[in-house]
Amino acid sequence: MWIYIIRKMFSTVPIIFGVALIIFVLFNMVGGDPTYQMLGKHANPKLIAEIRHEYGFDQPKYIQFFEYLKQIATFDYGRSYATRQRISEMISNGIAPSLSLAIPAFFLGTLLAISISLLVAYYRGKWIDKVFVFGCVFGMSLPSLAYILFGQYFLAYKKGWFPISGYETTWPDRLEYLLMPMFIWIAVSLGYDVRFFRTAILEETNQDYVRTARAKGLNEPRVFFKHVLKNSMVPIITNVVIEIPLLILGSFLLESFFGIPGLGSITIDAVHNSDFPVIKAMSTLISLLFILGNMVTDILYTLVDPRVSLE
Amino acid sequence: MDSYDRLKKDKTGIYCLYIVVFYLLVAVLAKIGWIATPWDKTVGKGYEPPSFISLELWLGTDIFGRSVFYKVIHGTRIAMSVGLVSALMSTPIGIVLGALAGYFGGWVDELVVWFYTTVSSIPNIILLIAITYVLGKGLTSIYFALGVTAWIGLARVIRGEFIKHKTREYVLAAESLGASHFSKIFKHILPNVFHFVIINLSIQFMSAIKAEVILSFLGLGVQGQPSWGVMIDDAKMELARGVWWQLAGASIAMFFVILALNILGDALRDSLDPKIK
Repeated sequence: MWIYIIRKMFSTVPIIFGVALIIFVLFNMVGGDPTYQMLGKHANPKLIAEIRHEYGFDQPKYIQFFEYLKQIATFDYGRSYATRQRISEMISNGIAPSLSLAIPAFFLGTLLAISISLLVAYYRGKWIDKVFVFGCVFGMSLPSLAYILFGQYFLAYKKGWFPISGYETTWPDRLEYLLMPMFIWIAVSLGYDVRFFRTAILEETNQDYVRTARAKGLNEPRVFFKHVLKNSMVPIITNVVIEIPLLILGSFLLESFFGIPGLGSITIDAVHNSDFPVIKAMSTLISLLFILGNMVTDILYTLVDPRVSLE
Repeated sequence: MDSYDRLKKDKTGIYCLYIVVFYLLVAVLAKIGWIATPWDKTVGKGYEPPSFISLELWLGTDIFGRSVFYKVIHGTRIAMSVGLVSALMSTPIGIVLGALAGYFGGWVDELVVWFYTTVSSIPNIILLIAITYVLGKGLTSIYFALGVTAWIGLARVIRGEFIKHKTREYVLAAESLGASHFSKIFKHILPNVFHFVIINLSIQFMSAIKAEVILSFLGLGVQGQPSWGVMIDDAKMELARGVWWQLAGASIAMFFVILALNILGDALRDSLDPKIK
């Protein structure tokens, strides 16, 4: 077991190196001199020289790459260009707000989606199934920006049911601000999830063991909730678990619209301010967290499911 | 041609195909300047609400008195071009990399798999933001960003199919007749797995349109042209003043083409690959 975990950890090294290489080539080579992206084309030469020196853009490329790897290893990405804050500090402040929106929204949304998909799969082919499937495709096709703008304008601004935007650092107060983005998150993801889960469940109903269960005279609820349900949970849980590492990302648009100071907001602000070091650090860090999350998921999976081989 | 017959029987799928063709037609006509041109002409006062006085005014006007209806049409042109160009760029990359990896196996396979695992380890939206930021705002950056990121799903599928097909009898027969690697890959195996490319196209088209809207909305995309994302971005400020028609126009235009592509994608999958249900 331990050997498997260690091997798994080593196998991510080439991926991490690849990600670092892509991000480095993209940011420090493809776009030309990053100084101009931060300051614009017509900045004064003295300032350009200063910035170039501060961020090390005057060094040879291989030294820059080495410095960048050092930043990754030490989690020290220097300072933001726009706010002069330490980037590592900005990031660690951003994780909690992101997760306090993402985690409840994700779990409530998944629970709701599984319940609905069970309902429609049980009544497959009946009108209730058709209505929901149509609703799913309909909901999937509406742009997510439309949900956000409608929610913010109509439910928060016009009706006043929710605050328009904002955030509190203490817990019970925070909830008030998180409710609306949470609802929108759930609404946006519900269509995809229900449709996927429904297909996963229906795939099970075509299996031989279901025919056997029916043939030996079990009634439909028993076939469905005892046999089908258990087996269809495997693809459903796989799909849910895969999404968990992505939760760290939060939701860019929701965070930015509702003023939640999470990682998504930080990234969007950095884009608006042309804050080169922050965009680069965020790209790196989110990718690393994502790789790490995937690795942990893989390891947990082998612990839970005895059929997954440890080779 | 029984897959075509199967598709023809799927009435909803065919209607959705017509809708997509209609959008493409509108885009082409706007491009060559037969309809809705010029879009930046002043047709009334600023923020005139929708009315049926004339075609130009039936979705109202924006802040500068330009026709929102015309802007929606030119937004269609941009959305379609983004879908098309990114598909044209990423599809060959996906086919070639997937085919090489699946066919040759060994170190080629390892290299390709390493490459796409690495690229897909960077969350897509982050990668898109990073590429468009680095290349500078504008439509070209969006084409490029989507073109170089959207091939992964296709490469994965094609690789898997090539692994399955390369030991099949028809390929061995071709080999014994002296077919080269090139001819086995492109003449023998590829036509047999090409339906996956077509299924993938509708999905890719859809995600390209969605991505363009989000990038333009973030200010990284189209500049000085009426994209749906830019219109929705404008709406952010306008809504508080009761101006809802730009948001509605862009959202509805986007809604129908995404809906059509969603259903068309399913219909294509059912008719081209009846084994997957």
